[in-house]
Amino acid sequence: MTTTEVKPDTTAPAGAAASDRSRSEQRLGWMLAGPAFVIMLLVTAYPIAQAVYYSLFDYRLTDPENISFVGLNNYAVILTDQIWWISFGVTAFITIVTVAVELVLGFALALVMMNALKAIRPVLRAAILIPYAVITVVSAFAWQYAFSLDSGFVNSWFDWVPGVAADTDWFGGTWDSLFVICLAEIWKTTPFISLLLLAGLAQVPDVLQEAARVDGATWWQRMWKVTIPNMKAAIMVALLFRTLDAFRVFDTVFVMTNGANSTETVSFLAFRQTISRVEIGLGSAVSVLLFLSVVIISVGFIKGFKVDLSQARGE
Amino acid sequence: MSTREKVLWIVAGIAIVIYALFPVGWIVSLSLKSSDDIANGQFLPTALSWENYQTILVGDAAELFLPALRNSFGIVLIATFIACVLSMFAAYAIARLDFRGKRLILSTALAVAIFPVISIVTPLFNLWRQIGLYDTWPGLIIPYLSLTLPLSIWTMSAFFREIPWEMEQAAQVDGATTWQAFRKVIVPLAAPGVFTTAIIAFFIAWNDFAYGISLTSTSASRPVPAALGLFSGASQFESPNGPIAAAAVIVTIPVVVLVLIFQRRIVAGLTNGAVKG
Repeated sequence: MTTTEVKPDTTAPAGAAASDRSRSEQRLGWMLAGPAFVIMLLVTAYPIAQAVYYSLFDYRLTDPENISFVGLNNYAVILTDQIWWISFGVTAFITIVTVAVELVLGFALALVMMNALKAIRPVLRAAILIPYAVITVVSAFAWQYAFSLDSGFVNSWFDWVPGVAADTDWFGGTWDSLFVICLAEIWKTTPFISLLLLAGLAQVPDVLQEAARVDGATWWQRMWKVTIPNMKAAIMVALLFRTLDAFRVFDTVFVMTNGANSTETVSFLAFRQTISRVEIGLGSAVSVLLFLSVVIISVGFIKGFKVDLSQARGE
Repeated sequence: MSTREKVLWIVAGIAIVIYALFPVGWIVSLSLKSSDDIANGQFLPTALSWENYQTILVGDAAELFLPALRNSFGIVLIATFIACVLSMFAAYAIARLDFRGKRLILSTALAVAIFPVISIVTPLFNLWRQIGLYDTWPGLIIPYLSLTLPLSIWTMSAFFREIPWEMEQAAQVDGATTWQAFRKVIVPLAAPGVFTTAIIAFFIAWNDFAYGISLTSTSASRPVPAALGLFSGASQFESPNGPIAAAAVIVTIPVVVLVLIFQRRIVAGLTNGAVKG
């Protein structure tokens, strides 16, 4: 790890010419990086501020004459409504299930790629990138049609499994639908986790592995005592990224169930309030709550698990 | 490694390939089924049929699908290009210059990358309607920057950090002009990083659904994923599954081609920015 962070006062050279140079470097740095920075703020900070503002009003697009300030009333309405808690629960369920499965599966995939023969490594790499690159909507349709009654093959393939028959409707109930949603999400996003874990695996020093082997440690012991502790940072970064990503789940739910049978997620609820029902005030309040959830998860991770993001920043 | 272990890893490798390709193979297979074959309950079609591709390319659904394809390519390429140019300057500054605010810029990029897209959609939906950007190309290109910029800055900075910048001075000592040193030494070293970043940015924008479905209303600007999500078949008696599968295959072709050609670079780009020891 190379540390390039130097405190300006320790390097501030004597003499006006040099400080002129460092001042011009500051200026040039901001001139080059400024536009990207400002645009990032404009496309995120500004809309979220706007959402906070709208969320304090009773505001329907179909009734633009009657905008009235209602303070925190929208939040009170949402937080006392079952719809919000169901969608929050569904989102949390999808997040926990997919991330847990993906971490184990991704680790297995990374191990295989690590140990694969040199000759087939490119093949595996290309294969693993395909789910990553396929559009989420396409993946959702593929899984939906595989399970659906009018075009699927899953029922005829798996009719030997208890509870699966030719007429099993996978999108008829909450849990069945959530099962298919989680499957599609897991298929699409495991590769990303596995690539991050593969990079982490590559950083575990071989010397440690050798030493453990010489000491007679079994494969499992080496895994738990050497490999995993040494790649904890990579695991945590992967976990944080995927958790936040999973919490935003939207496309798959939209395509597969359109929120039917209490499969609505928080993102979907915000979308439905705003775009379908044109309740700008309520929709904005849900959006703000979604944003706050993401912030709380991030802070929880960084403080609770001591995720070291400076490592991710390459410092 | 013993022979038994070797066989084990090869079997595991084959399992990975099947895992990755199975759903893609399925959607291709479904797209090749004729309309009375769709409900055959089998993975493969009984007979190959190009019916669904005809429907979306020259038939009833063509006026929905072709403009969407054009919108997707146009909007995504412009958004990728803008993100790459902006992040090139930013990454150069971050990798090479010593200025206060480096960490602020990288942290901001990280915060924007994990931002829930739907939270931005709500206010933009209203704002775009007021200022006339709703259902236009710029109306999608601007929010797409929130997806492509943060990742481009990260990926490109990670690449630029590895460039041996001293080479530039060395070339100048050898008598090259500043411009020559930049063009002959730095550009070839930086190009792969820029190129890889562009591919990853393209993937991310190509994948968008939330903005596309919320900020467009007609084929003037609706991209393919959103069009797929809203497509419900030519008539109520016909299941739209076949044509949707065909359209899904067509939008998957560009990303699969990119993966096959540039897989090594894409992996380097994805992991470079995220995990750096």
